[in-house]
Amino acid sequence: MVLKRIVRFYVEGFRSMTLGKTLWCIILLKLIIMFAVLKVFFFPSYLKGEAEEKGATVGTELTSRRSAEH
Amino acid sequence: MDAIDTSLVDWSRAQFALTAMYHWLFVPLTLGLGVMMAIMETIYVRTGREFWKNCAKFWMKLFGINFAMGVATGIILEFEFGTNWSNYSWFVGDIFGAPLAIEGILAFFMESTFIAVMYFGWNKVSKRAHLASTWLTIIGATISAWWILVANAWMQHPVGMEFNPDTVRNEMVDFAAVAFNSVAVVKFCHTVVSSWVLGAVFAVGVSCWYLLRGRHTEFAHASIRVAAAFGLVAALLTAYTGHKSGTDIAEHQPMKLAAAEGLYEGGNAQGLVMAGVLNPEADWSSGSAEDKFLMHVELPYALSVLATHDPDGYVPGIRNILEGGYTLPDGSTALSAEEKIRRGRVAIDALAAYRQAKDPAAKEAALKTLRENFDCFGYGYLNEPADLVPPVALTFYSFRIMVMLGGYFILLFAGLLLLRRRLERMRLLLWGAVLTIPLAWVASQAGWIVAEVGRQPWAIQGLLPNVAAISRLEVGAVQTTFFIFLGLFTLLLVAELRIMGKAIATGPETDNAA
Repeated sequence: MVLKRIVRFYVEGFRSMTLGKTLWCIILLKLIIMFAVLKVFFFPSYLKGEAEEKGATVGTELTSRRSAEH
Repeated sequence: MDAIDTSLVDWSRAQFALTAMYHWLFVPLTLGLGVMMAIMETIYVRTGREFWKNCAKFWMKLFGINFAMGVATGIILEFEFGTNWSNYSWFVGDIFGAPLAIEGILAFFMESTFIAVMYFGWNKVSKRAHLASTWLTIIGATISAWWILVANAWMQHPVGMEFNPDTVRNEMVDFAAVAFNSVAVVKFCHTVVSSWVLGAVFAVGVSCWYLLRGRHTEFAHASIRVAAAFGLVAALLTAYTGHKSGTDIAEHQPMKLAAAEGLYEGGNAQGLVMAGVLNPEADWSSGSAEDKFLMHVELPYALSVLATHDPDGYVPGIRNILEGGYTLPDGSTALSAEEKIRRGRVAIDALAAYRQAKDPAAKEAALKTLRENFDCFGYGYLNEPADLVPPVALTFYSFRIMVMLGGYFILLFAGLLLLRRRLERMRLLLWGAVLTIPLAWVASQAGWIVAEVGRQPWAIQGLLPNVAAISRLEVGAVQTTFFIFLGLFTLLLVAELRIMGKAIATGPETDNAA
């Protein structure tokens, strides 16, 4: 019963929106661009593999970038 | 392994700065307008006047537009951590992840629950339940800001962790130390109250525009009264928390303070530069203290008071910090940059030795050396002491812009409150308030420039400079994503301005709507 009232509350709220519908469209479009385009094609996780492998990669990077004595 | 291209560092920084700055266009307005609308709804609940309900609903509408445009823009920063700042992300481990996870959970559950009641619940829940939802929405947003700033503060003043050389990660050993880091507390207070100022400037500006147009005048007067009073209190609190922040920076990031003050050579009884023009011919490494400014106005002793609470207190300048040898507040002697770089290299070598050692005794010896020198770990990536000096001019001028605009906002709010009965006749003041709207963002962004540019070259103060923090990517890939974001965020900004402009032009459902 409570669940039904909650669902109706949201359904009626979304139905009564005017400007809100436009804003929801923008939010959804933005999220699609972010997660389906940017994250997939432009922002893959740089570190690959299990935690041990990632730690090894970073360890090598951090020790190899030390500045040289003049 | 090839050395890191400096242009990769610059482009990675530029990309992150661009994303953070665009994200920060939306956040402070959410935090500021949120409190404004909650105050107005509180007045409605207390007085029962429908007028205040309509006032609250109008600001809620603008809040909603800004919220929708800004929501999830921060997620891109998290993508960048994984792709462009992978060494950093791994190195900070769970310390950074925990506050961000808490922020995500709070933002999602608290804000999304109560924002729905706030927008859909008029006439469906009781007045008081609705008011509680409005306050809880903005409290949720503010608590989210707390956790983000906890993460940022840890980068400025890393505490509560221990470095694990096996995993090459910092591990949290004291949650309270991280969550209530002194830098986080001050930063949170300063950031939130300055966001309130921005919200108040926005509300005052929009209301003054209605007065100039002769529309919604009762609404405009009421909003100006609330926003100017709220803004004045917030601006005074911003000045106070800014002072606390200055003291904090003096303790934990003296180089940032020296850069913000253009203080090349420090000393006792230092004055605070109120306004000034740096001499482009002079820099911290050459010239006398006198010729560093083309002109300047100084408040005697004020910098020493700010930094040490003592008019005769010692404040180190850039050269002093690099040369070391002065007495620190805890009584120890400051190390020179050369010495820190040497110790940093020892620490990095010890980490390499630890990772390669097979013999337990050799491993133990390397670990001991690493622990003894870990506080200087990040210095080992720097080539020379000069690498520790942040861009002085940018930090110096950003600081002055922020402070001067803060002072101007105090005068504006006070003026609007004092002249509130005669505002319609003071068109110059009304136009001034309208044109002040973008200046609130200028001040806010300038504050972040001081905070972030002033702490360069560090990603994590003392532990990890940018050159070690970034991923080994192609410069072209970072440039491409930089311009994609530039286009995407600009599009969002234009959309926000158009939708917001249309909503403002329509105005509230109150009186004389013209």
